[in-house]
Amino acid sequence: MADLSSAPVPPVGPDDHVRGEGEEGLIVYADLGCPHCASAWAEIAARPGRIAFRHFPVASKHPRAPALHVAAEAAGAQGEFFAMVDSIYADRGHVDDPHLWERIEHLGLDLERFERDRRDPDLATRVRRDFQSGIRAGVAGTPAVFDACTLVAVREREF
Amino acid sequence: MIAAGTPAPDFTLRDQDGEEVSLSGYRGGKVLLVFYPMDFSPVCSDQLSIYQEVKPEIEAKGVTMLGISVDHSYAHKAFQEKLGVDTPLLADFEPKGAVATAYGSYLDGLGFANRTLVLVDEDGTVAWAYESPNPGEFPGANVIFDALA
Repeated sequence: MADLSSAPVPPVGPDDHVRGEGEEGLIVYADLGCPHCASAWAEIAARPGRIAFRHFPVASKHPRAPALHVAAEAAGAQGEFFAMVDSIYADRGHVDDPHLWERIEHLGLDLERFERDRRDPDLATRVRRDFQSGIRAGVAGTPAVFDACTLVAVREREF
Repeated sequence: MIAAGTPAPDFTLRDQDGEEVSLSGYRGGKVLLVFYPMDFSPVCSDQLSIYQEVKPEIEAKGVTMLGISVDHSYAHKAFQEKLGVDTPLLADFEPKGAVATAYGSYLDGLGFANRTLVLVDEDGTVAWAYESPNPGEFPGANVIFDALA
């Protein structure tokens, strides 16, 4: 079992999914099944500068989330990680497998490879690694946005 | 909030299925009591959902996790089904908040417990406790694993 005790949010590394340029930037822990993340993503993604996306699927709350995160990884294996993330957040109502296949074809990706890749257990492990780093950093809801490894934004709620 | 080193007050409450659950029934193992304000609130939903995601890691450390709020068993059942969680949820319903009061986490005037985590060790002693600064915040799961380290 992984160590889930407290640890600082890891700095952006070569294994991260990064969009934009810059030495510093935001690190976003997000759930691809989360409606709040979808609305926040439109704003976050429009920001200038570097954004690192980290997986934080909460499967009990969003049962399709694990499959969606792995699907994004599989699209990423063909160079279109963020295109898949954008696509999923832009239309949360169509997230079953046939809808994912349509998205892959729309992005011009190899569907057979996508189907093969998303069954690779290494992709689920990759997703879980992000999730665990978020747990260790104290992520308690999505989206959780870190700037230079400091938590700067969470969704506000009364209780 | 109850202090570490004191005996954990025993209780018997009904779970989401109406079955009686006693803290003393877990003697010999560790128990994590998760007091939370109420079923279906946004923060409580996030808290129990995220704890569910790391429940295997919690259980791997020999700990049974139990949620407790002032809601009735019927509400707990619906909440559990809505969230897709299988953590037992105990009804501190009548007398309202009596167990939360015994653990020093009941919020008079608000009518529910503050978010409080209490780790009870194998012989029924409070090993660790944590209370949130306010009901709008919940401790990340990392805090639990720090306590279990």
